[in-house]
Amino acid sequence: MENLLGLFLNSVFVGNILLSYFLGMCSFVAVSKNMDTAIGLGFAVVFVLSITAPVNWLVFHFLLSPGALRWAGLEAVDLSFLKFITFIAVIAAIVQMVEMVIDRYSPALYMALGVFLPLIAVNCAILGASLFMVERDYTFIETVVFGFGSGVGWLMAIVSMAAIRIKMRYANVPEGLEGFGITMIMTGLMAMGFMLFSGITL
Amino acid sequence: MMKALKRLFNTTRPYFESGGRLERLHPLFDAIETVAFAPALTTTADAHVRDSLDLKRFMTFVIISLMPPFFYGIYNTGYQSGLASGLDLGMVPVMMRGAGVVLPMLMVSYAVGLFWELLFASVRGHHISEGFLVTGLLFPMTLPPTTPLWQVAAGISFGVVIGKEIFGGTGRNILNPALTGRAFLFFAYPANMSGDRVWTVVQQSGQQAVDALTAATPLALAPLAASGGSVARILTDAGYSFQRLFVGNLPGSVGETSALMILLGAIFLVLTGVGNYRIMVGGVLGVLAVAYPGYLINLSSGGEAARMFSVHPAWHLVMGGFAFGMVYMATDPVSAPGMNLSRWIYGFAIGALTVMIRVFNPAYPEGVMLAILFMNLFAPLIDHFVIKARLRKRVPNV
Repeated sequence: MENLLGLFLNSVFVGNILLSYFLGMCSFVAVSKNMDTAIGLGFAVVFVLSITAPVNWLVFHFLLSPGALRWAGLEAVDLSFLKFITFIAVIAAIVQMVEMVIDRYSPALYMALGVFLPLIAVNCAILGASLFMVERDYTFIETVVFGFGSGVGWLMAIVSMAAIRIKMRYANVPEGLEGFGITMIMTGLMAMGFMLFSGITL
Repeated sequence: MMKALKRLFNTTRPYFESGGRLERLHPLFDAIETVAFAPALTTTADAHVRDSLDLKRFMTFVIISLMPPFFYGIYNTGYQSGLASGLDLGMVPVMMRGAGVVLPMLMVSYAVGLFWELLFASVRGHHISEGFLVTGLLFPMTLPPTTPLWQVAAGISFGVVIGKEIFGGTGRNILNPALTGRAFLFFAYPANMSGDRVWTVVQQSGQQAVDALTAATPLALAPLAASGGSVARILTDAGYSFQRLFVGNLPGSVGETSALMILLGAIFLVLTGVGNYRIMVGGVLGVLAVAYPGYLINLSSGGEAARMFSVHPAWHLVMGGFAFGMVYMATDPVSAPGMNLSRWIYGFAIGALTVMIRVFNPAYPEGVMLAILFMNLFAPLIDHFVIKARLRKRVPNV
């Protein structure tokens, strides 16, 4: 239990998927202009991450990893070279479902997120979490916690960025740096702030 | 005297006004003139209330409040250096030695910072702001006295340009510029910013080359406790008492050592209304809220659990850069939140994070610098939610 709490805090703060691994930058920069959409997309990412990571864990451990097909009598088969394409397919399918659900229950959020909702499918943070899960040999429970924690970390980053960008409306940024430029610089400064936690071992 | 000055300004003004030969340097002229005379500009549109406490006077108050730790910093730098090098410890030589170390850092910081400020002001046509005078003074005070001058220049450049000017100058930055520069140096040149050697300037005088005498700072000593013994014991053995930490006669960054002098500055800031007491008090509460339970747990477990907690909570307030950061950096009105409730939350979080980093993060002996930067990032968010909560409580005016 303590271990799981540590893993959660680790994935939110120490190894924040956006600010220490720089995954999921595109939608982070594009959607953080507005507070409400940022919160909406943030929760969508939390949701998608906490579903896709465990589902991918099941797929990997019962279909793809070396010897995973033992239950079908195929001991020697190793399909792990298929993991990228399979993970992406699983993620795309789940995002499609989330999209339909949001469209049904919150049309306003659906309109606001626009093209970025389907783009969650190619959000590197989502695929990244699944690949980290394989690389770090997480158990199923750990994967659930890790997926959820990474999502919360991403949500935290995009929401604070949205608030900073509201404050930055008063800024007078040099011409060449307006928009994406200053956002990228701000992301770098945020990453520097998050170095606060680097070095903590949980 | 004043009339001569006035005449000087009046005769040179045409050069700096639009069409004049030195038009581009108008911000420089403006900055110097407003030191001597209050600007004659009046607001042209509808009624405005203008306080005589403009940005210039406001920043001047901060500088005045920085004087006690600054002069004590000069004294202490000279004293520690003299102690380590076996030199005369009289008042005058100590001050001379300290000034010889600190003043070059200050001059480099001001000169390089002013260069960037002037460049941006001339090209982009805004005023040179007095906020820079504070940043330029704060920055060297956060550095170890052995910092090479070129690093001072690099740090203040990063702080002023990336931390402030690209956002449009004073009042528009997100992070505290002085701390941004300090953090940049910390990560770019860790060898010069941490360890045991950097806190005291050792001068080689004659045969005496006494490297061994450089003393470790309390926060650098504390992790040693992992090899046995409580932190409190190790600190006492090294000669650090609470009184000594409070007065500040110990090695450390130039301005941070003396909690007493910083307290004087804090009282001045609070009385003049320049620094917000909510942030400072919140910070102290944050430290105590984390350190006290930890201390009690540590006592009950016989000093085994989380060794850094074996230090009495009050010590956390006077050790390291906490007092300096809390009073001068966290209260920076630009990067701190603007709502009163958010200020409490913000200060509290900085204090709590500082202690947590000191206790749990083996990578950094001190956490206040990054704790403030981290909370700077979240200040707009806290404000956002506090304002939202307040709007929800309001009765709609129908």
